[in-house]
Amino acid sequence: MENTLSFDQLTEEQKYEHFMKRIEAGEKIEADDWMPDDYRMTLIKLISMHGISEIMGALPEKEWVPKAPSLKRKLGIMAKVQDEMGHGQLLLRVAEDLMKPLGKSRENIIQDLLSGDLKFHNVFHMEAKTWGDAGLIGWLVDGAAIITQTNMLDASYGPYARALKRICAEEVFHAQHGEAIIMALAEGTDEQKAMIQDSIDRWWEALLMFFGPGDASTTGTSKQDTTIKYGIRTKTNEELRQDFFTKYIPRVLSLGLKLPDETMHFDQESGMWVYQQPDWSKFKQIIKNNGPKSKDRLRLREISYSNNKWVIDALSAKA
Amino acid sequence: MRYALEDALKNGAYRDAATELLFQLADDDFILAYRGSEWLGLAPHIEEDVAFSSISQDTMGHAAMFYQLLHGLGAGDPDHLAHARPAAERKNAVLLELVNGPGTYLTEPHYDWAFAVVRNYFYAQAKKVRIEALKNSSYQPLAEAAVKVNMELYYHLLHWKTWFTQLLSAGGEAKTRMAAAMEKVFEELDGLFSYGAQGEEFTKHKLIDSEDALKARWLQLMSPVFESLDLKMPEKFAMKSGNGRNGEHTEDLQTALDTLGEVYLFDPAASW
Repeated sequence: MENTLSFDQLTEEQKYEHFMKRIEAGEKIEADDWMPDDYRMTLIKLISMHGISEIMGALPEKEWVPKAPSLKRKLGIMAKVQDEMGHGQLLLRVAEDLMKPLGKSRENIIQDLLSGDLKFHNVFHMEAKTWGDAGLIGWLVDGAAIITQTNMLDASYGPYARALKRICAEEVFHAQHGEAIIMALAEGTDEQKAMIQDSIDRWWEALLMFFGPGDASTTGTSKQDTTIKYGIRTKTNEELRQDFFTKYIPRVLSLGLKLPDETMHFDQESGMWVYQQPDWSKFKQIIKNNGPKSKDRLRLREISYSNNKWVIDALSAKA
Repeated sequence: MRYALEDALKNGAYRDAATELLFQLADDDFILAYRGSEWLGLAPHIEEDVAFSSISQDTMGHAAMFYQLLHGLGAGDPDHLAHARPAAERKNAVLLELVNGPGTYLTEPHYDWAFAVVRNYFYAQAKKVRIEALKNSSYQPLAEAAVKVNMELYYHLLHWKTWFTQLLSAGGEAKTRMAAAMEKVFEELDGLFSYGAQGEEFTKHKLIDSEDALKARWLQLMSPVFESLDLKMPEKFAMKSGNGRNGEHTEDLQTALDTLGEVYLFDPAASW
């Protein structure tokens, strides 16, 4: 109690100093702790985008759930998509707690998504044309997600770090589910092999973009410095992309698949993968909801929202 | 007497009856789980999306279990049974094949939550009654499967009953929509209780209680819920679009089969 009283008497600068000391000491910040507005806003943006991306990310795979080619695959992909929705739910709750002092709620998150103010991850704006894409999403998109999320497992914001811990554990199963689909195709008929090569070819650029631009010069802004300063993440976008290459390129090649980038190689001297940059102007368009499936998928959310409005009204009338 | 798999295989008439019943059980769960999977991402809120999906997975799991029993009886590969049989060979009740609403799950899905609640609730209760009866089935592997299914069913029933009660207690638009959905479900509900043309064989071989007994139990269990909500149970139900147990189906089933078998049928011999 005494401690709280004296903390309240500190100036804003002193509070900030105290907060940064906690961050540097590796302490966890909790929902009710004092935090600078900049930290709160950074977290709200990051976590609501992450949460809504899980939910929007369920949609491309969902296209293949009813079509999954065996009972086992039907059960596997249903469970996987359900997990993604569950992750979305978990993350939105974390974001909601952060937004409470601002008088905002989940309703605002959904409204911001529909109005285009809240972005969802670039990779979920892409088309999932074939069953091969369903496998590739599980394998490489979830594989990429594991890499970025592992980077934040020790995030300074406690509720986010704990949510990520649970999410990462499930993502490992997803990547295995995706890999199993890909393995079956890679060991299958010529048509099946062609299906998976076609998926890699079409998704490659989106996978490179997954980790975001190397620095702010590409898109004008970058939050990576802020998130690193506040101990939310440790590695830069480029470091994560390199980790992804190191982990997955040997696996892709070992399945007899080709990379759609002939320049791709590991440079011994710098210890880095050298690759063809994706078209970052395309990236800027995609995250502005001008990607191949941006509008269609937002439309699905909009329909679900408006069609079920009577249900929500009925539930709130009762409560 | 109780029949193990070996006993059933030795008795042709018994095996045919058990096969017929298992097709009804498997196809019912399979097509409803498919309809449930179309709802993914579209439910009224995120929490419901997760819960509904969990129920659909259970239901698909039950279908897989029944197809596996059919495989044991020599009916063929479970994936073939699920994905490749033509509509005329399907034995599910028509009620369970009907579309979720206008649109497709990919484009403009204007799905009807009231219909989802009523159909799933009435089915969950009918399935519960059926599974209870199957725990005493003369076919031992089926009786064992019924015990497993029964455990999960308790939660399904509770889930849909909660929605049913909440939406009907809310009044207003919700009540009107629920009334319309009930009317639609009652029109096909008899198809769910029917055993089709070969039903007498089921009771003769003590595979399951009679249609009438199961329907009476369903009515008995639903009546208190209806009374508490001031609803009237119709004197009679119907089977307006035909008896699915005899292979009579709507166009809705055909389009569902085209979709759910699309990848499988691309190469049925391939390993997916």
